[in-house]
Amino acid sequence: MSAARGRLLLLAPAALLIGVVVGLPVLRVLQLSFTRVELQQGISEQWAGLELYGRLWQDSRYWTSLGNTSVFTGASVALETALGVAFALVLHQRFRGRGALRAVVLLPWALPTAVMALAWAWIFNDAFGVANDALRRLGVLEHPVAWLGESATAMAVLVLADMWKTTPFVALVVLAGLQGIPESALEAARIDGLTSWQRFRFVVLPLLTPALLVAVVFRAVQAYGAFDLVYVMTGGGPGGSTETVSLYSFQQYFRYLDFGYGSAVATQGVLFALLPLLLLLRWAQRGEVR
Amino acid sequence: MRRAALGLAVVLLAGWSLAPAVWQLLTAFKPDDQITRVPTIYLPDPPTTGHFSRLWARKPLAVYLANSLEISASATVLAVFVASLAAAALSRSTAAFRNRILLGLLFLALFPPILLLFPLYEGVRALGWINHPLGLVLPYAALNLPLAVWILESGFRQIPREVDEAAQLDGLGLIARVVRVQAPLAAPSVVTAAILVFIFCWNEFMLALTFMTRDTAKTVTAGIASIGGASIYEIPWGQLSAAVLLATAPLVLLVLAFERRITAGLTRGAVKG
Repeated sequence: MSAARGRLLLLAPAALLIGVVVGLPVLRVLQLSFTRVELQQGISEQWAGLELYGRLWQDSRYWTSLGNTSVFTGASVALETALGVAFALVLHQRFRGRGALRAVVLLPWALPTAVMALAWAWIFNDAFGVANDALRRLGVLEHPVAWLGESATAMAVLVLADMWKTTPFVALVVLAGLQGIPESALEAARIDGLTSWQRFRFVVLPLLTPALLVAVVFRAVQAYGAFDLVYVMTGGGPGGSTETVSLYSFQQYFRYLDFGYGSAVATQGVLFALLPLLLLLRWAQRGEVR
Repeated sequence: MRRAALGLAVVLLAGWSLAPAVWQLLTAFKPDDQITRVPTIYLPDPPTTGHFSRLWARKPLAVYLANSLEISASATVLAVFVASLAAAALSRSTAAFRNRILLGLLFLALFPPILLLFPLYEGVRALGWINHPLGLVLPYAALNLPLAVWILESGFRQIPREVDEAAQLDGLGLIARVVRVQAPLAAPSVVTAAILVFIFCWNEFMLALTFMTRDTAKTVTAGIASIGGASIYEIPWGQLSAAVLLATAPLVLLVLAFERRITAGLTRGAVKG
């Protein structure tokens, strides 16, 4: 047996597993998004052409979910990138206990989002939550706030919980980037008399950009698919103001049993919306290879 | 001055990372009348373990934990095995072919799972695997395969080619060469891949929520998250906090034991092209 054939044989199980669990389902969801599925006396499927996509166009709940998803993604990715860079700069310093701090900082990333969503719901509970108590003791709030009961604060709490969970990822990627910056570059900048801010702005940041770009695209795509946090913490409420595209699609599938329309939401709201981002990732990766 | 600023930053970082978990810890051991006191009582006095025993009586937590362990461990073994074979092949392929496959895998791994949810549900139901561990094991293994291949491939590529040839001369077959020779030589990558895949499986929620409908088939993540959800007002917060602790404790131990390996794995995909 030739070496090349051996390699193909070794790749076969992976290709099969991915083909069955990812490939076929993507084709099926695309097909379903063009299908009218009816549930009277068993399931009947009829070609519907672009009918479901037309329905999407006029569905204000869909557009709201798209807007919510964009706000959530934009806010959480921007904030956790800024915070992640700050974390990385601290973790890059030399001090006793740095190893322990790295483990502590990593912790939020490893904990299950759906379970920690309960923890956040308790922290931001309107009557007995510690957030209200702490903010009142600090004099920031006069009266307790019903965090999850108002649109704006509910979204803010979701963004905060997402930041808590995923800042470690950005921080570690940036830290790895920082560790790759040659000491000589910083030394040269120091000799040239640059202040520490200037060194960060004109030496460190440009060298970090490729790693940062990849981290941002990774996080943006993940945040865009947000489901666990929203499902458990707000269920999309109040009044649909935190419903994401993933959650709306899920509701169409398993609450309204509209399998065709749920597929159209997923296809249009996730697949087509994310392709540009993924192409950006490809571009970012290519930039790095050079 | 500089030292003080650094000290403050370290305290802030640790506080931010630990505070939500610490609050669960305090709530889980606090008597009910102190949990619902305003203004808030911060330290339980005296601490009680009552929430754990009442929760244990109310929900099949041991079953949840066993299910999670069984499903996550099986999916991890399957994913790491299949990924090892693929990584062995890719590490000996041309750079152009390897990069194309790795990028393609990355591309697939990024798509939000909602896209696959319903077709997978149809498939799992057709196979009679609703409430069966396999209904999650196969999807989990496949969905984590790209990550595992990424991590393993970089480890396998470090192994000198002479090792392959020696193993071949010893008469080892294709798969035996990977499992008995290459994987042990790339042990750090194998450990890294296994830990990350295990964590992702343990934490997965959407598929577990959809495919495991019977209470005794649920994983701990889906089981505990659905204690809250719709019926959130009926469950005492002390018990809920106890549940959160039980579901997260295994992961805390994993992070403390394997922080370096996890970090290496996480940054592998994002930093190296």
